[in-house]
Amino acid sequence: MNTILVQDPARPVEAVRLRAVGDGGPILRVNNLEVTYYTDSGRAKALDDVSFTLNSGEKLGMVGESGSGKSTLALAMMRMIKAPGRIEGGSVVVGGGDLMTLDAESMRKARLSRIAYIPQGAMNSLNPVTRIGAQMVDAVKSHLPREGRAAIEARCKRALQSVDLDPGVYRMYAHELSGGMKQRVCIAIGILLDPHVIIADEPTSALDVVTQRQVMETIDNVQKAINAAVILIGHDMGLMAQFVDKVAVMYAGRLVEVSTVREMFTDPKHPYSQALISSLPSLGNKGVFQGIPGLAPSLLRLPSGCAFHPRCASAMPHCTTIRPEPQVLPGGRRVTCHLYDGEA
Amino acid sequence: MADLLRLENVSKVYSHGIINAHSTIALRNFSLTLKEDEPTILTVAGESGSGKTTLAMLLLGFITASAGQIIYRGKNIASLHGAEKMAYRREVQAVFQDPFAVFNPFYTVDHLLTVPIKRFGLAKSKADARNKMEEALTAVGLRPEDILGRFPHQLSGGQRQRINVARALLLKPRLLIADEPVSMVDASLRATILETLRNLQRDHGVSVIYITHDLTTAYHIAKSIIVLYRGSVMEAGDVDRVIKEPQHPYTQLLVDSIPWPNLDQRWGAQPIKAREVGGNTDGCRFRTRCPMAMEICKQDPPLFRIDERHAASCFLYEKRPEIAKAQLSELLPV
Ligand SMILES: Nc1ncnc2c1ncn2[C@@H]1O[C@H](COP(=O)(O)OP(=O)(O)OP(=O)(O)O)[C@@H](O)[C@H]1O
Ligand SMILES: Nc1ncnc2c1ncn2[C@@H]1O[C@H](COP(=O)(O)OP(=O)(O)O)[C@@H](O)[C@H]1O
Ligand code: SF4
Ligand code: SF4
Ligand SMILES: [Mg+2]
Ligand SMILES: [Mg+2]
Repeated sequence: MNTILVQDPARPVEAVRLRAVGDGGPILRVNNLEVTYYTDSGRAKALDDVSFTLNSGEKLGMVGESGSGKSTLALAMMRMIKAPGRIEGGSVVVGGGDLMTLDAESMRKARLSRIAYIPQGAMNSLNPVTRIGAQMVDAVKSHLPREGRAAIEARCKRALQSVDLDPGVYRMYAHELSGGMKQRVCIAIGILLDPHVIIADEPTSALDVVTQRQVMETIDNVQKAINAAVILIGHDMGLMAQFVDKVAVMYAGRLVEVSTVREMFTDPKHPYSQALISSLPSLGNKGVFQGIPGLAPSLLRLPSGCAFHPRCASAMPHCTTIRPEPQVLPGGRRVTCHLYDGEA
Repeated sequence: MADLLRLENVSKVYSHGIINAHSTIALRNFSLTLKEDEPTILTVAGESGSGKTTLAMLLLGFITASAGQIIYRGKNIASLHGAEKMAYRREVQAVFQDPFAVFNPFYTVDHLLTVPIKRFGLAKSKADARNKMEEALTAVGLRPEDILGRFPHQLSGGQRQRINVARALLLKPRLLIADEPVSMVDASLRATILETLRNLQRDHGVSVIYITHDLTTAYHIAKSIIVLYRGSVMEAGDVDRVIKEPQHPYTQLLVDSIPWPNLDQRWGAQPIKAREVGGNTDGCRFRTRCPMAMEICKQDPPLFRIDERHAASCFLYEKRPEIAKAQLSELLPV
């Protein structure tokens, strides 16, 4: 890895990390990623030609309806898609190397050290009969063959501290912790090896607003300290507004819009993004439940042309036959919709 | 007018350890009445560990109260038998918080839905059962043809959560206890599911106890709200009043932490004072985190009436008239 680690022994987890990424370009490039689930009832293309880039220190929000492929994207980036799913193509370049070309052993090493994933419902996957500390050590010891047990333990305790947990948590069991504490343990595991990219899949959707704020502030702090890029998967547009720099919107396995957070909230371009933004609650519109009409499409039988056309208020005749391709608008936003044909 | 459900001074204490047992009071002296012919949507809000799930488990009869009693249609639920117990089991349904925990990975979605249909004899034939399943799945925005036959690991988080809601709908309950039913779905679906819950109340006379930490959805769906902290009621009343003009310092912290989808309304002006493990067991439970704490707060604060439809358990309001905790329901609009 092309990294120089400046260790401050007093505050090592907050070590300043200088990342020489060659051209100084994005730390993460996802290109044309494709995933298909081969189910009994047919083939479901859960990710279709997904591409985006992210710079160090940047925070991207990944939103979209339930089942639109957000978790699949995270799993694909980690190369953790299991049968009947298959990664059919594409590349995930993190700091120079393409993860898709790594052999199994190198990929195993890249997880946590280059790219870390905090899964949806992570806090429920902590082992109930093993102490937190032992689980943390297990997660990293094979990554650090030259580090002694004591050094690894110290590293784990520092990680706990950096997510504002008492070092005493090291000796505790999962059931002795609250939801917010468990979720912070999962974040601590995720940052043990200072990854370049952290993917957090709905890290706070099971937590109350106060704990949520604490957990998000924690992610913010560790992210700044190691200058990682963060992908926050979630549904809560409020959280996105408060936390991320850019928002990517998925619909039926495709990225339909990537914009800065301000552009997304003030001037969404894709009709699905527009509907999403207008369905947001506020104190002013009590009792108005403005869901997007219609059901999310079945991946097994996608509508022809633009997959959103049966639900789209702006649909035009050719939307039912011609599939829109992603285009970059002046100013750098990316939209996949025929309304902007000719503007790119 | 008959009561559908009445909780009378219900407490739940969990004790850990055998020797030197230290215990957690998960719910303290909680009273509540729901009327049979006035279906309502009541929110119970509070942070994690405030006792919300404990309340749900008590109502469902999964755990027993340490003190006080729970009366369902005139009968103590601890003493229900036979047909009465069966009726109670069907009429009081729940949708749970964690869609990852409740599914048995070896059964398909069909199994999950047919078991209650068979158990309570809800369908006349196989075709009827199938219809009912499809109806319930469609009501929560799922496509039956995509969902039936699948195993839990083949579904996304939000899909699983909605299957839970569909299962509850199938049983046409009188009382639905929804413990964080929309925490993993997007804003649009959230609206759809909440609308389903509201229709259930409005058109089918089902009362809903909506348990959540999400004050935004609480505000949109509920008539009234009870805010819990560490097992005690902090504030209660009309949902509009409580959320727009929170009086209790704890509710103020909650409201301040709502991440509004508005770039110009930054969250969290108020710093968070972390909750200590355990915490004080006497006086105001919020004392160690409260920026306004006073000497008198070492005593138990009673409920003080802020106005007709609003009360707070906080000494900042000690000049206001007191109201007995057992009378809490009288404040809540239906
Ligand atoms: N193992 C699997 N086998 C078959 N289909 C699957 C499998 N895992 C996921 N899917 C399907 O792929 C689609 C995308 O699922 P994914 O979990 O990525 O959704 P998501 O966007 O993360 O949704 P949520 O917000 O509800 O978590 C869904 O239609 C889901 O049912
Ligand atoms: N089975 C149990 N054994 C011991 N303590 C418990 C148990 N269930 C809950 N508690 C404790 O009771 C309190 C309330 O928990 P809970 O009702 O789950 O809160 P909420 O649903 O509001 O997050 C917490 O302090 C929790 O740790
Ligand atoms: S391509 Fe057509 S149908 Fe699709 S979102 Fe744009 S306008 Fe709507
Ligand atoms: S009773 Fe005292 S400690 Fe409790 S919330 Fe009111 S002011 Fe704060
Ligand atoms: Mg997901
Ligand atoms: Mg709970």
